[in-house]
Amino acid sequence: MEMEATISLLDMRLLVPELTLICVGLILMLLDLVVRKKELIAAVGIAGTLVAMYGTYKLYGFYNPQAAFAGMFVVDGYSNFFKLIFYLNIILTICISLKYMAIEKASFGEYYALLMFSSTGMMIMASAADLIILYLGLELMALSTYILAGFMRNQPRSNEAALKYFFLGAFSSAFLLYGISLTYGLTGTTNLKGIAEALSTLSIMDNPITYLGLIFIIVAFGFKIALVPFHMWAPDVYEGSPTSITAFMSVGPKAAGFAVLGRVLFDAFAGMQVQWAAILVPIAVLTMATGSIIALAQTNIKRMLAYSSIAHAGYMLLGIIAGTHDGLTSTVNYLMIYLFMNIGAFAIVIMLRREGVQGENLDDYMGLSKSHPLASALMLIFMFSLAGIPPTAGFVGKFYVFMEAINAGYVYMALIAVVFSAISAFFYLRVVMYMYMKDPVKEVELTTSPSMSIALAVTAMMVLIFGIFPSILLNLVRLSILG
Amino acid sequence: MTTPQLFFAYFAVAMTVLSLLVVTRRSPVHSIMWMLVLFIHIAALYLFLNAEFLAAIQIIVYAGAILVLFLFVIMMLNLKKEETAKKYQAQWPVSAGIAIILAAFLVLILGKIVVLPSLGEYSIEAVKTEGIMMTTGKVLYTEFLLPFEIASIVLLVAIIGAVVLAKKRIE
Repeated sequence: MEMEATISLLDMRLLVPELTLICVGLILMLLDLVVRKKELIAAVGIAGTLVAMYGTYKLYGFYNPQAAFAGMFVVDGYSNFFKLIFYLNIILTICISLKYMAIEKASFGEYYALLMFSSTGMMIMASAADLIILYLGLELMALSTYILAGFMRNQPRSNEAALKYFFLGAFSSAFLLYGISLTYGLTGTTNLKGIAEALSTLSIMDNPITYLGLIFIIVAFGFKIALVPFHMWAPDVYEGSPTSITAFMSVGPKAAGFAVLGRVLFDAFAGMQVQWAAILVPIAVLTMATGSIIALAQTNIKRMLAYSSIAHAGYMLLGIIAGTHDGLTSTVNYLMIYLFMNIGAFAIVIMLRREGVQGENLDDYMGLSKSHPLASALMLIFMFSLAGIPPTAGFVGKFYVFMEAINAGYVYMALIAVVFSAISAFFYLRVVMYMYMKDPVKEVELTTSPSMSIALAVTAMMVLIFGIFPSILLNLVRLSILG
Repeated sequence: MTTPQLFFAYFAVAMTVLSLLVVTRRSPVHSIMWMLVLFIHIAALYLFLNAEFLAAIQIIVYAGAILVLFLFVIMMLNLKKEETAKKYQAQWPVSAGIAIILAAFLVLILGKIVVLPSLGEYSIEAVKTEGIMMTTGKVLYTEFLLPFEIASIVLLVAIIGAVVLAKKRIE
């Protein structure tokens, strides 16, 4: 594994999007000193993200995958598509948090800066071709997200969310480092391609220590993606965090976790596909089962969506288990769809929050269609999509993942997934039933703002467009991953 | 048993005992003091492995900075209450069981460790000829420049986080 040891200034070119986001984060913090209007800070944040997006688009124009910094950092279609997910995640999160954070009395400039830093960490993870870069990217993402989870300092449950997330996150980091050190000890390199090479040339694939390293790495990523049995933190953290941050972290860190899981398993441990599929199959079944069944008992909508996000991680895992590039494509496709439907659903949850009213219980949705038909219709779209009912995008996402699982010979996994998907429809449709078939018990007022309307319009439109014309998105993902 | 083996055996046993002392002491201050002894043992073990740079870092960062941080936190706690409070939760046997199973598993596969000749660019010999300070410095500022810089941003976020979580409420 001969690596070029020299680093040229030209390597910085590939870092332009990440550097842009970091600069934007710093500018936002300085702006916070002089600007009182949070709208301006949010607008600068969105503009900066668009600039970074343009940078990624320009780099993507080079098409062929490029590596920099002695092969540690790669920019290819795979990483660029994930970066697109992260950009959209930032923009949509900023749109839905503007009014909400003001109501929570926690509207500080650092909030927007930390969104930038956290997303930079995710982008570094997506581009990492070396376990050390991967770990540092993960820490950057995680550390920023812990702070964001505890952003409502005056609320005990937000403090609890931040602490829980921090402790279990630190715990999972230890697992990751243990796995990395075992792998490094065996192969003598932290480079993903180098690991794959060493594993085959030294013929140590069936060494138990290699397994142990692999298991520890999967466990660590399992914590970030909230796979069962590493999901214990998710419901409490999702419930206690500011709702906009719950939306942000149910998409961003999850997508970043899948990005590194796919990269590490497909690049470094490509030769051990049978082994890691055997580890992931029971995890996926448990994840789908726990997520779908425990969600049935929830009355708090944020907790319900937390369990729903656990179940969705189980479905997405099927594409990885398939072990083919088509399988990976279906997972990435699902992640993009999940971004829109999940943030859309959380946007509606945020709208019910106003001064003195939490608006997080299922009861708050009783008869919502009578007083707010438009918001109810949008929630109906998002719930149908999360449940996977056509013609919404959620159906398309699930369909392709299940199809790829069947193509790879995992028919029984697809069957199990369909069963749990049917079970999960119950709690999604219960929200719809509450909105449309119950009589309103109390006056519900919605908090609206222009940015919120834009976010809702975009997410709902995308859910419908990708549901009716699935090939638009799928071709883009295929182009990115398969080249 | 050769001298290096004896040396290693002492440190392995001592570090296990010290770790147990850290988690079982009733008084948090005692725990911290045992931890200090533990940190010095770890530093000595690094020296034994020809990693004098890591040994110095271990003393400066862990024994110096992190331990002081622990002591500061303990100063803020109500020690009287801590000492009478129940030290372990009800589920501790389960945790201990899982830990023992994992330890047994690790011991079982220890024998499977393969020591491959001169692995990677930085083999023990290569590091020995140049000295660990030289190698670490060279690698850190050339090949591992990007990780080094990312770490600086992680630290920046930590500072921002401390300020955000600790500053006085604005309203």
